[in-house]
Amino acid sequence: MEITFTLNGKPVSVSVSPDTPLLDLLRSLGMKSVKCGCENTVCGLCTVFLDEKPVLSCSVPAARVSGKSVTTLEGLTEEAEAFIGFIADQGADQCGFCNPGYVMNTIALLRENPDPTDDEIRACLAGNLCRCSGYEGQLRGIRAFLDAKKEGKR
Amino acid sequence: MKNPIERGGVGASVRKKDSMQLLTGKPVYLDDLPEPAGCLTVKLLRSPHANALIREIDVTAAISLPGVAAVYTYLDVPSERYTEAGQTYPETSPHDRLILDRHLRHVGDPVAIVAAENEEAAEKALAAIRVTYDPLPAVLDFRTAKDNPALVHPEEDWHSLCPFTGGDPKRNLCASGEEGEGDVDAVLASCDLVIEHPYHVKAVNQVPFETFRTMTELDAYGRLRVVSSTQIVFHVRRIIAHALGIPKSAVRVEKPRIGGGFGAKQTAVSEVYPAFVTWKTGRPAKLVYTRKESLEAGSPRHEMEITVCLGAMNDGTIRAIDLYSLSNTGAYGEHGWATVGLTAHKSIPLYTSSVEAFRFTYDVVYTNVQSSGAYRGFGATQGIFAVESAVNELASRLGMDPLEIRLKNCVKEGQTMPAYYNEPASSCNLTGCLTECAEKFGWKEKYPVRVMPDGKIRSAGMAMAMQGSGISGIDVGSATVKLEDDGGYTLLIGAADMGTGCDTILAQMLADAMECPLEKIAVRGADTDLSPYDSGSYASSTTFVTGKAVVLAADELKGKMRKIAAKLLKADEETLLFEDNTFFTADRTASVTAAALANASMDGNDVPVEATATNSHPFSPPPFMVGMVETETDPGTGSVKILDYQAVVDCGTVINPALARVQAEGGIVQGIGMTLFEDIHYGKDGKLAENSLMQYKIPTRLDIGRLHVDFAPSYEEAGPYGAKSIGEIVINTPAPAIAHAVYRATGQWFRTLPITPDKVALGMGEDE
Repeated sequence: MEITFTLNGKPVSVSVSPDTPLLDLLRSLGMKSVKCGCENTVCGLCTVFLDEKPVLSCSVPAARVSGKSVTTLEGLTEEAEAFIGFIADQGADQCGFCNPGYVMNTIALLRENPDPTDDEIRACLAGNLCRCSGYEGQLRGIRAFLDAKKEGKR
Repeated sequence: MKNPIERGGVGASVRKKDSMQLLTGKPVYLDDLPEPAGCLTVKLLRSPHANALIREIDVTAAISLPGVAAVYTYLDVPSERYTEAGQTYPETSPHDRLILDRHLRHVGDPVAIVAAENEEAAEKALAAIRVTYDPLPAVLDFRTAKDNPALVHPEEDWHSLCPFTGGDPKRNLCASGEEGEGDVDAVLASCDLVIEHPYHVKAVNQVPFETFRTMTELDAYGRLRVVSSTQIVFHVRRIIAHALGIPKSAVRVEKPRIGGGFGAKQTAVSEVYPAFVTWKTGRPAKLVYTRKESLEAGSPRHEMEITVCLGAMNDGTIRAIDLYSLSNTGAYGEHGWATVGLTAHKSIPLYTSSVEAFRFTYDVVYTNVQSSGAYRGFGATQGIFAVESAVNELASRLGMDPLEIRLKNCVKEGQTMPAYYNEPASSCNLTGCLTECAEKFGWKEKYPVRVMPDGKIRSAGMAMAMQGSGISGIDVGSATVKLEDDGGYTLLIGAADMGTGCDTILAQMLADAMECPLEKIAVRGADTDLSPYDSGSYASSTTFVTGKAVVLAADELKGKMRKIAAKLLKADEETLLFEDNTFFTADRTASVTAAALANASMDGNDVPVEATATNSHPFSPPPFMVGMVETETDPGTGSVKILDYQAVVDCGTVINPALARVQAEGGIVQGIGMTLFEDIHYGKDGKLAENSLMQYKIPTRLDIGRLHVDFAPSYEEAGPYGAKSIGEIVINTPAPAIAHAVYRATGQWFRTLPITPDKVALGMGEDE
């Protein structure tokens, strides 16, 4: 079936089969930041925005985004770059495979709540699994960004 | 001259060199890379039986489907057995596999290889293969494997390149043996107290988020180019050459960025299949494992039951340790002998100060479940859970503080460790780790059991750990350093950065050696055609073994550059000073920078401005660590919540404190996972219950409490800048420490992992 949707601000028309997950469609369109970690909505690696809300693209049929707007990390590099350097400073990027997913959810969190507590950050990112970092470095990075923002360093 | 921290050298918490590419989701992993034109999708038909022979296999329908390029069965593959274990040749793992075998030894064992133009066609071909199986009795309980009449490897061509490993397939033994020192029985008989129990650790999975995957093609020279998510490019080259029966010189193996390894990718799990397809068809091929395949047919930790017999005096002196390790290697013997050794070699030496005698016996058995492999900790994790739990029980039975009992018995710097290949504790600050951890954690305050107003119980537990820094006298690390035009350097390595940051920390060492800013160093690894030989990144080897090679290569290159500088400065090379990436005459009136020297080196020069050094060390200096945990146990639900985890690590000089801390935190969280959540169950049919991440539960960020990591470094003379290793040791303390805390809360010892709420609530542990 033919669908038309907006991908990172640009209109896209593609042919998809009814059982194609959005994850596969996005990767076939070159959006390689979208990663597959578990295939069944457990890990959060495939997080993208559908009409500005985070969704797990492995569980969204591609056909369902027809007429809607999809955003991947490729479309949000600038917004991500505001804080990801602080995560890098902690060494918490590690293997990097899960990074796009939790960076997307962090963007979603900061849009909704620009000044979250540590527990709010943990709760918001609870569905984003990471096997390397032990999570604490990611939190330290996001906290350092928020502190720096408050101190007007950025 | 800039100091090391300013230039991003040793001791600086610099960002990983690939950080910003990874954090912005750039296409740097295998499945993100452009595919060669006409790349075939490879899929494997897998056995539904735990033990069976193929009576008949018919692929005619499958091969005639549109889009199907090839279907291979056991009739099509070479008949020489090999091992997938990434180990130095000759491997200690038996050669017990074929690419495809008529005998299927576990659910998930490959039955056929399908190569098709796309995934859909490949899936249809899998469904169209007709197989008739003759099921055989399966060995599913590893306690019944040895001398079971049902044999996992009845074939006559099973062979071992290292007979000292004690394998005997006619007894379902992958390996067996005994070693020791002193008269254990006599010492145990003279002890006041003997603690004896079995401890059971399951075959937990590493779960790197990037599953196993490999892409292959024939290059312009007709050689087999293999791009794979691997920790061991050089071993993979050899394994593919053995499996396919082709010359090693016909194979090139490269790794791109890797989405996690943790040892899983120290086994060539996925490489051989697409390599075979490309070699047979001449066409590019790619195989990406699903999560289910990675869980059902990967390379998980060896399930082990370790029986500890620990003898001590009433004053807490630990005098003898007798260990029997029963290890389940599964259907194939990857890393079977090597892992089981560490159960003793990295637990007993912790008590070198007082242990008078030890014995270590082991059986590594074949069963009809997936082959085990290497997982961070590699046997030490299982052994330390057993021995440290026994020591905690000893403290409890003697009414002693477990901190005091460890201070009394633990290994001290300068001692020779008989249970650690008689190697010296050349650098050891375990005592410092103990005292500092106790102080930072608040051991005195947290050790007493506290019942909270809501009925939940707060308690604490502790454990010590050690690991190695590479494999003594075997692991080889190499580095090539090349001077580049702008006075910067390119560092070529065969070690594999799988997210650990080794590309960066090796560059930090080079930055210090050449006294140049870290930005001026480019790192390239790993590629068997371009990298100098390296065993690969495993066994906690890279910082210590490859790191030293970087320092040696830098020294050698400096010597060569000195010759050119002497010519340019018209001075005697012996008198030249090297500072800040620049050569100066003795009176400092003239100088030549590395950049100027690099340019001069391209003009009428006959001195190479590159150097390669190779390093291996006869000893493997252990890092040491102490972990203390505070938990809150809910006696009603049985849930055990981690509140605080404090760790203090002696990894020698800390090259990059931020990266070392994250290594420690990541390892502790994996350790928490295997202690509290991650479980493995095989059904009576040999099928794995936990074959997706919905069932196989790894920790989330809400499950880990607060982690605190500090360093109490010693200085290892043999290491680069005094460094040892950190990669593996960090997973070893959570299991015994948490089991200890749960005992303090419930009065029950849990000697089988994981310690899940149902077991705690139902009192399924054992009373002391």
